[in-house]
Amino acid sequence: MKLELKNVSYQYKKDGRKILDNFSMTVEDSQRVGLIAPSGYGKTTLCKLLSGYLTPDQGEILLDGRPVSSYKGYCPVQMVWQQPELAVNPRLRMKEVIREGDEVEERILVELGIEEDWMNRFPAELSGGELQRFCLARALGRRTKFLLADEISTMLDLITQSQIWNFLLREVTERKIGLIAVSHNQPLLEKVCSSEIRLDG
Amino acid sequence: MMRHLNGRQRVLLGLIVSAVILLTVCIGGAFCGDAARVTDFSRKNLEPCLRYPFGTDWLGRDMLVRTLKGISLSVLLGMAAAAVSAFIALALGIAAATLGKTVDAVISFVIDLLMGIPHILLLILISVALGKGFRGVAWGVALTHWPSLARLIRAEVMQLKESPYIQIAGKLGKSRWYIAGKHMLPHLMPQFLTGLVLLFPHAILHESSVTFLGFGLSSEQPAIGIILSESMKYLVTGKWWLALFPGTALVLVVVLFYVAGENLRKLTDPGSVHK
Repeated sequence: MKLELKNVSYQYKKDGRKILDNFSMTVEDSQRVGLIAPSGYGKTTLCKLLSGYLTPDQGEILLDGRPVSSYKGYCPVQMVWQQPELAVNPRLRMKEVIREGDEVEERILVELGIEEDWMNRFPAELSGGELQRFCLARALGRRTKFLLADEISTMLDLITQSQIWNFLLREVTERKIGLIAVSHNQPLLEKVCSSEIRLDG
Repeated sequence: MMRHLNGRQRVLLGLIVSAVILLTVCIGGAFCGDAARVTDFSRKNLEPCLRYPFGTDWLGRDMLVRTLKGISLSVLLGMAAAAVSAFIALALGIAAATLGKTVDAVISFVIDLLMGIPHILLLILISVALGKGFRGVAWGVALTHWPSLARLIRAEVMQLKESPYIQIAGKLGKSRWYIAGKHMLPHLMPQFLTGLVLLFPHAILHESSVTFLGFGLSSEQPAIGIILSESMKYLVTGKWWLALFPGTALVLVVVLFYVAGENLRKLTDPGSVHK
């Protein structure tokens, strides 16, 4: 599978500054791409465009030759958000949060270090790092073909970071999932990704 | 005993106690409908005593029974009207937030319009137009009390639509109905229920005032408003009990509803799970 951006421009209506101007990129499902840029250069916006949360003002975003936004039902491009606290419904127990994913395997939960008794808790009873594991697991459902990781490890300690990234690397290689990782952390991206794209020129 | 309970249990206890008192009054009042009309001139104008704790009036009617009946009538009417009002609010609030800009503009305009007119004026107009009586007052209250709750629900749904976890659920292939049922409704329910319960006291007070002013229930029904307006004529002759007890009872009922509503709000707030 191939995820491609063709001459995409995007700006938020209010301030009128162009976040992306005539931008193109292509990612294969065997690739691991790192996105790097200072704050405010549209990394998150690019992720939201790629996963169909936003539609571009100009240009198109194609997944296997079809616009991403035309995929009804489960979207093969899944994004993991920067703030896990906002990405889960505070009124649902974690087992229900996981159930929203696409038949997430038990193995993934175990490998991400999710403990059995967390499943019965509410999001307010878990830390940010613990929640982020749930968000990752939820995004790694059966039909996921591309994973967008938007600063997923900034709130984690180094040991947990390496644990999670090691698991992710194994997982995406085995299942042939394309990975697009966003981070400020240059050394991390160099370690994780096979290629890099800079948004600041 | 209170010290052994945690915050949530205390709130729950408060809610249950107020609900039980209100229910008892309602059911009690519903059974003494006939007793409230019995006149007996051998016991007229009695001051409050052991036999007649609220005294009797100029026709020898037991004021305790009349007050109970009046309160239960008011509460029933208030609940019916508030329920209708709350559902109007829910439907219009959701419609405004989800059906696009034109619908939103129209509904918001109606909300502003209704909020700009004093409740009681509109209520009297509707009540008179529908021929007064139980039906007139009920519709009057139901049609005037929804705007503030509708505005609240509209804002809530708009905010929910933008929240990441709802957008994520969409990308995970969940249908609009699933999202509405699983994610939105549980968020709206506490707001809605609390709004509903807090509408009761408003509805009851407005019903009583409209009736007191003579635009509401007819005078043969022992409604609180009727009791109060009739007793006005006898107050100057020193029969203070005719107005004091029914009036106090009305205020108590309103306060109880507020307590119940506030406790309900505290209970359904997810931030208070550990208190």
